[in-house]
Amino acid sequence: MKSIDLAVAEVRELNQALHDQASECLEREWEVLNPKGQHNLAVGIDQNLSVEVRGHAGYFCAGMNKKAHITVHGNAGQGVAENMMSGTVRIKGDASQAAGATAQGGLLVIEGNAGARCGISMKGVDIVVKGSVGHMSCFMGQSGRLVVCGDAGEALGDSLYEVRIYVKGEVKSLGADCIAKEMRPEHLEELAELLNRAGIDEDPAQFKRYGSARQLYNFKVDNVSAY
Amino acid sequence: MSNETNWTSGLRESATFDRNTMAEIRRAAETGIYDIRGFGAKRKLPHFDDLLFLGASMSRYPLEGYREKCNTSVTLGTRFAKKPVVLDIPVTIAGMSFGALSANAKEALGRGASIAGTSTTTGDGGMTPEERGQSKTLVYQYLPSRYGMNPDDLRKADAIEVVLGQGAKPGGGGMLLGQKITDRVAQMRNLPKGIDQRSACRHPDWTGPDDLAIKILELREITDWQVPIYIKVGATRTYYDVKLAVKAGADVIVVDGMQGGTAATQDVFIEHVGIPTLAAIPQAVQALQEMGMHRKVQLIVSGGIRNGADVAKCMALGADAVAIGTAALIALGCNHPKYDEEFRKIGSAAGFYDDYQEGKDPAGISTQDPELSQRLDPVEGGRKLANYLRVLTLEAQTLARACGKNDLRNLEPEDLVALTVESAAMARVPLAGTQWIPGQGF
Repeated sequence: MKSIDLAVAEVRELNQALHDQASECLEREWEVLNPKGQHNLAVGIDQNLSVEVRGHAGYFCAGMNKKAHITVHGNAGQGVAENMMSGTVRIKGDASQAAGATAQGGLLVIEGNAGARCGISMKGVDIVVKGSVGHMSCFMGQSGRLVVCGDAGEALGDSLYEVRIYVKGEVKSLGADCIAKEMRPEHLEELAELLNRAGIDEDPAQFKRYGSARQLYNFKVDNVSAY
Repeated sequence: MSNETNWTSGLRESATFDRNTMAEIRRAAETGIYDIRGFGAKRKLPHFDDLLFLGASMSRYPLEGYREKCNTSVTLGTRFAKKPVVLDIPVTIAGMSFGALSANAKEALGRGASIAGTSTTTGDGGMTPEERGQSKTLVYQYLPSRYGMNPDDLRKADAIEVVLGQGAKPGGGGMLLGQKITDRVAQMRNLPKGIDQRSACRHPDWTGPDDLAIKILELREITDWQVPIYIKVGATRTYYDVKLAVKAGADVIVVDGMQGGTAATQDVFIEHVGIPTLAAIPQAVQALQEMGMHRKVQLIVSGGIRNGADVAKCMALGADAVAIGTAALIALGCNHPKYDEEFRKIGSAAGFYDDYQEGKDPAGISTQDPELSQRLDPVEGGRKLANYLRVLTLEAQTLARACGKNDLRNLEPEDLVALTVESAAMARVPLAGTQWIPGQGF
C-alpha cells in the first residue's frame, strides 16, 4: 500500500499521484494520512484504485470519481462524491450537504447522517444513508436510487424526476410532485440488493417508497401554484 | 389605415400602451402564462452606437491602414493555467447548448471558429463529438444543471467556464421545453424524452464566493492545473462580482450584458433584469484595476456585439476579448429573409423570429427537428461564420490603426467619446466635444 501523508505532502501531489495511475497503474492500494479536513482529496480518479482516507475530509472529496473505491474514515464535507461516474465512496462518519450531487453512477454509502440536499440533481448514482438526511434531499433528482435508513427532512424529493427513494423512518414533508408509492416485490428486491451492496443490515419491508407524481414534467399554467 | 392617416385624422397612439404592449396584455389574458422566448433584450438601450472613436489627427499618429501591422491575437488564462488559451482573434463564440441548437449548428460554430482562429463554447447539455471534433479550441461550460458533465469531457476541454449567470437572465435558470428533447438530447441529459428540462439557477454543491474558490480548486485538481478556468456572470453588480471572482481564483472573467441572447427565458426577465453591456465593462475594469489584476485576469465581454466597431469599443474600454452568440447565429442564417414565408406560417417573420424554445426554426438552427436541421450545412455555415469573424476583426483593426494603435488591446478609453449623457456616464468617457464625464465632476 502506498501511503501519502498530508502533514508533509500537498493535496496536489496526492491527486497527481492518483491521476498518474490512469495511464499506467503501478499501485492499487492507497492510504491518505493526516487529511485534517483538507478539500478536494482524491478527486478526478480514473482507475480501479482503493483509497483509504484516514481522517476527516473537506469539500468535494472523491469528486467526479471513476472506478475507484474510496473510504473516508471520518466525516466528509460538502459535495462529497459530487458528479461521481462509477466506483464506490464510503463515508464512515457524517457527510455535509449536497452529498452525491449530480452523481451519475457508482455507489455512495454514508454510514452516519447526511446534511441538506443529499443527492441533489443526482443523475444515476445509488446513495445509501445509514442515518438520516437533511431537508431538500434529492431535489431535482433525475435518476438513481436514494435509500435512507433513518429520517428525511423537509421537502424530500422536491421537483423529482425519476429517482426512486426509500425511507425507513419519518419523512418530515414531501416536496413538490413527490408522493408515496406502492412498494411492490421488485422494489423490495431492489432495496434488498442496495442494502446488501452497502453492507447495511436492515429489513426492506420496513421501508416506504417515494417517487415523482410526474405532474410537473411539462410546464402547465394549471400547476402554477406548485412552483 | 396608415400611421400618416392616423395622424391626420387625430388618432393618437399611447406611448405607454403602444401596440406591442396591448398585444402582450391580450396574449396574457388569453393564455394565463408569461411569454417565454429566445433572443436577447429587444428594447432600446444605451449601447456601443452611442460611442465614437477619436481618430488620429494632429496630436495623434495613425497607422497605415493596409500596411502596418495591428495585432489581434490574445492569450487567455495566464494567471494559473499551464496551458493558456491562445487565440488569433479576440472574438470568441459564446456558450450555446446542443439541445437549444441543432448538432449541425454546433458543428458549424466549431468549424467557423476554428477557421478564424478562435474558440467556441459548449452549453447546457454537455459536449458533443461533432463540436469537439470541429473546434480547435473548445471551452467547456460548467453549469448549475451539470447536464452531460463528466470528467472525460472536462479533460478534453481547452478551458472550463464556470457559469454563474448570463446577461439575458442573471439570477434565473433555464427551461428547455419538451418539444426539443429528442432521444439524443434526453440521453445526454439523463432525463426522459419529451419532458421540460429545467436548468437550475444556482449550482447544487456550492454557494457563495468562498465555496466557489474551493470548487475552482477542485476543477483545477481534476484537470491537473492544465487549462484556464473562466467565470461567467450576467451583468448586474458587476464591480463586486468581478472582485469576488478574482478572489475566488478565476483566470478569466466573462461578463455578459443584458443584450446577451438566450434559448428560452421569460420575456419579462430578458427585458427587465441586468444592466447594458456598455455599463458593465467600466465596472469590471475598475474592479480588476483596483486589484492590480487588469490584463492579468483577462476580461471577455459579451452581449449585443454586432460589428468591428463594437469589438473595438469593448477593447478600448478595457476588455481583452469579446464573445458573440446571437450575431454568430445570424451569420449562420438565423432569421434569414429566404425563410420569411415559413416564419409567417408559425406566426413570426424573418427578422423578428425569437421563439427558439419551440424548436420549429425554419433556418434549422434552434431546432432538433431532423428535417429542419438538415437545412443548415455545417461546412457552409462554418465558412460564413469564419467570414463574419474576419470582417469583425478587420473592422476593429481599421479603427485601431486610425487611433494609432498597433494592437487591438492598446485601444483605450481616451480614444472614445460619448454621444449621450447616459452613455458618457455608463462608459465613463467624456461627452463628445466636452471634458465632461458625468459623475466624475468637471
